[in-house]
Amino acid sequence: MHMNFSADELAFEQKVAAFVSENLPADIKDKVDRGIELTREEVRRWMEILGQKGWAATNWDKKDGGPGFTIAEKFLAEDAIFMNGAPKMVHFGTRMVGPVLLAFGTDAQKAKYVPKILTSEEVWCQGYSEPQAGSDLAQLQCSAELDGDEYVVNGTKIWTTSAHCADRMFALVRTSKEARKQEGITCLLIDLKAPGVEIRPIITLDGKHVFNQEFFDNVRVPVSDRIGEEGDGWKIAKFLLGHERSNATYVSMNKRNLRKLKEIMADQRADGERLADDPGFVRKLADLEQDMLATTTMAMRQLAAASADKPVGAEASIMKLRVMDAYKQCHELMMEAGAYYAQPFERGHIRGEANTEWVGPDYLYRMSPDYFESRAMSIAGGSHEIQKDILAKRALGL
Amino acid sequence: MDFELSEDQVLLQESVTRFVADNYSFEQRRKLVDTDQGYSDKQWSQFAELGWLGMPFAEDVGGYGGTPVETMVVLEEFGKGLVAEPYISTIVLGGGALVHGGTAAQQQELIPQVAEGNLKLALGFAERQSRYNLADVQTKAEKSGVDYVLSGMKSVVFGAPTANKFIVSARTGGAARDEGGISLFLVDADASGVSVRGYPTVDGMRAGEVTLDGVKVGADALMGAEGEGFGALETTIDYAIAATAAEAVGAMSALNDMTLEYIKTREQFGQPIGKFQVLQHRMVDMFIAHEEAKSMAMMAAMRIDDEDPNERRKAASATKVQIAKSARFVGQQAIQLHGGIGMTDEYAAGHYFKRLTMIDRSYGDGDYHLARFGAVS
Ligand SMILES: Cc1cc2nc3c(=O)[nH]c(=O)nc-3n(C[C@H](O)[C@H](O)[C@H](O)COP(=O)(O)OP(=O)(O)OC[C@H]3O[C@@H](n4cnc5c(N)ncnc54)[C@H](O)[C@@H]3O)c2cc1C
Ligand SMILES: Cc1cc2nc3c(=O)[nH]c(=O)nc-3n(C[C@H](O)[C@H](O)[C@H](O)COP(=O)(O)OP(=O)(O)OC[C@H]3O[C@@H](n4cnc5c(N)ncnc54)[C@H](O)[C@@H]3O)c2cc1C
Repeated sequence: MHMNFSADELAFEQKVAAFVSENLPADIKDKVDRGIELTREEVRRWMEILGQKGWAATNWDKKDGGPGFTIAEKFLAEDAIFMNGAPKMVHFGTRMVGPVLLAFGTDAQKAKYVPKILTSEEVWCQGYSEPQAGSDLAQLQCSAELDGDEYVVNGTKIWTTSAHCADRMFALVRTSKEARKQEGITCLLIDLKAPGVEIRPIITLDGKHVFNQEFFDNVRVPVSDRIGEEGDGWKIAKFLLGHERSNATYVSMNKRNLRKLKEIMADQRADGERLADDPGFVRKLADLEQDMLATTTMAMRQLAAASADKPVGAEASIMKLRVMDAYKQCHELMMEAGAYYAQPFERGHIRGEANTEWVGPDYLYRMSPDYFESRAMSIAGGSHEIQKDILAKRALGL
Repeated sequence: MDFELSEDQVLLQESVTRFVADNYSFEQRRKLVDTDQGYSDKQWSQFAELGWLGMPFAEDVGGYGGTPVETMVVLEEFGKGLVAEPYISTIVLGGGALVHGGTAAQQQELIPQVAEGNLKLALGFAERQSRYNLADVQTKAEKSGVDYVLSGMKSVVFGAPTANKFIVSARTGGAARDEGGISLFLVDADASGVSVRGYPTVDGMRAGEVTLDGVKVGADALMGAEGEGFGALETTIDYAIAATAAEAVGAMSALNDMTLEYIKTREQFGQPIGKFQVLQHRMVDMFIAHEEAKSMAMMAAMRIDDEDPNERRKAASATKVQIAKSARFVGQQAIQLHGGIGMTDEYAAGHYFKRLTMIDRSYGDGDYHLARFGAVS
């Protein structure tokens, strides 16, 4: 048993790091560093750069067209990408749609969609939630009725992250009201440019445009864009739950945020000393850093287990809970570190549209918005309460 | 011992409640804080007519002789509606500094104008390097004949963009972070050398950076004895903590009401989510957090005018620690219990959360006051 990376693996990490520092456009890097919302074009530009390199899908095997990284390499690649300032990717294509297509798609569907997922030419979003179907996803009502060789979709999806940056939606829709709720759900791939699709932004409390609500008014979707059979939607959604690996991404995000927190602590002053020398604050930092070490080790254990082809199962929920808690705590400390300068807020700064100079230390204006945004981490993707229900049921048999 | 409001205080509470109900629906507030100024002149005049602006001041300087309990009553109701008028900056901070540090002549001249709604004040006490330490003052006041020349910058001055006069702490002597050698000065907003860079704050309020570039003021601008302003400043901030605690309590109560209503009506899995025990217990903890905070805000209102400065400090710091704990818990959990809708700008909960979070970033956060409480207890 050991937790070390080999010389080859570390050289690999250097290679990824070098690629990112050379190819991440300066304007995007700067915006990420300053916490400014990226435009659709910027989001896609970076995804395409990684896609061209063949690294958009760090989690994919060679036989499926991915880079075929080893477990250690997957872990190190994420780290190297984030530690060198890259933005979060809109990864629904590589983490959701792709794996589903590989498992359930027809050859024609794979040929049509997979290559463009790998190059990031097409960006996907996830259309699960509806106003009345959040934690209780099986309650979803957005309907699809068969008409010849097309489905006619009517209804709405909400909280859809990055729909405004996406081309297509991976959607769960209702094709039957007769059966058990779960059995009437079908998985459709919806072209967001199709007539009858409207995407409305929803502004979050940090002032950013992160998610959206979509309205479908007689949107026609060819039957050939249905994954699996009618009624397979729930089965597919459950398959994805077990495959959720994006939490590992947040291990690397946490590492980057921790570095930022330390930079802030080195610059902020308390009683003439650096905040980094303030015993109370140092204790909080240590507590967080210890937490992150624990979650990182857990993440590595899970990745290692997955390499032995064992399903991660309910334990994925442990990661989600603990990684997101650390993420939230880190943002809380960054905001606390700002003291009075956590207060000024001009929405234009966060959106990159400001025509005024920022008033405080440059690194601070994003800290409150980021803190507010971080609160979503225990809501999105299955809330903390739901994750704990999953663990109670599946891990503990309660 | 008596925890009941007097008849007059109940009447005051009813009138503030009515004002908030009529003028501070979520939509009304959103429109208001999105205007350039961020609050309403008309409402400010209304406050004057209703006697709220003169309330905490002595009758012989044109006030109504209210105690910190009256201030608590007003601010708790303000907190429920997230009232955006610069009441704390003008009345509690500016007015407080006049009361605790101003000369009789300054009080006679200025307080009536404040009470009538014709003078807005702002108190500049924080600086870029100061964090929450009120004694960390680098702004300088140098004697020049009978005058003083002020140079430096005051950070995140609440209510700065529309203040007519500033009260600022400046060093007339002593070393960095000495309590001695700090003096308070009155400075006209339009005096030569004063510039204000105003901005909104996260919670929809307004503040500004106030730069003093060789601002000349007369000896009559000095508040109290030279070099002895710290005590008045510290007292003023302790009073502001008591007042802000009440505002936080009001905000928490509104947020808890909203969340309780939501979990009773929002259905998932075929039942109101309030039927899930984990949410019931969470909501109970939020309810307790508010009750504890309310108890401490009442304690602060009753003890903040204690003649023993140590008792005052203890009351202020213990209260601020409680507010930090309760506001954080209530704010964060309110969002959690709302799910996606809680994360949106269109929904009120997030705005309460933001104000509560910024109250924790004002006058010292929970950690700062825990240390101070430990030091004075
Ligand atoms: C930033 C963000 C991004 C998102 N991105 C997407 C996306 O891209 N695509 C998509 O489809 N969805 C997305 N979502 C939606 C997300 O999946 C839902 O918000 C989440 O599932 C919760 O649903 P809800 O918001 O309806 O809250 P509700 O389900 O109404 O939950 C409200 C509260 O009740 C609790 N609760 C509910 N049921 C139970 C129970 N049985 N026991 C105990 N407590 C319970 C919840 O934990 C929560 O605290 C996103 C959400 C956010 C905040
Ligand atoms: C020091 C001590 C002194 C006591 N003195 C007295 C006495 O003087 N007279 C007397 O009559 N009894 C007395 N008791 C007994 C006491 O009232 C019971 O222990 C108590 O009511 C719990 O019952 P139980 O021990 O059967 O545990 P259980 O009821 O079996 O509870 C076990 C656990 O399950 C939890 N639980 C139970 N129901 C629920 C629920 N609906 N939701 C969530 N969690 C739940 C409990 O909180 C507990 O954690 C005493 C107990 C102690 C420890």
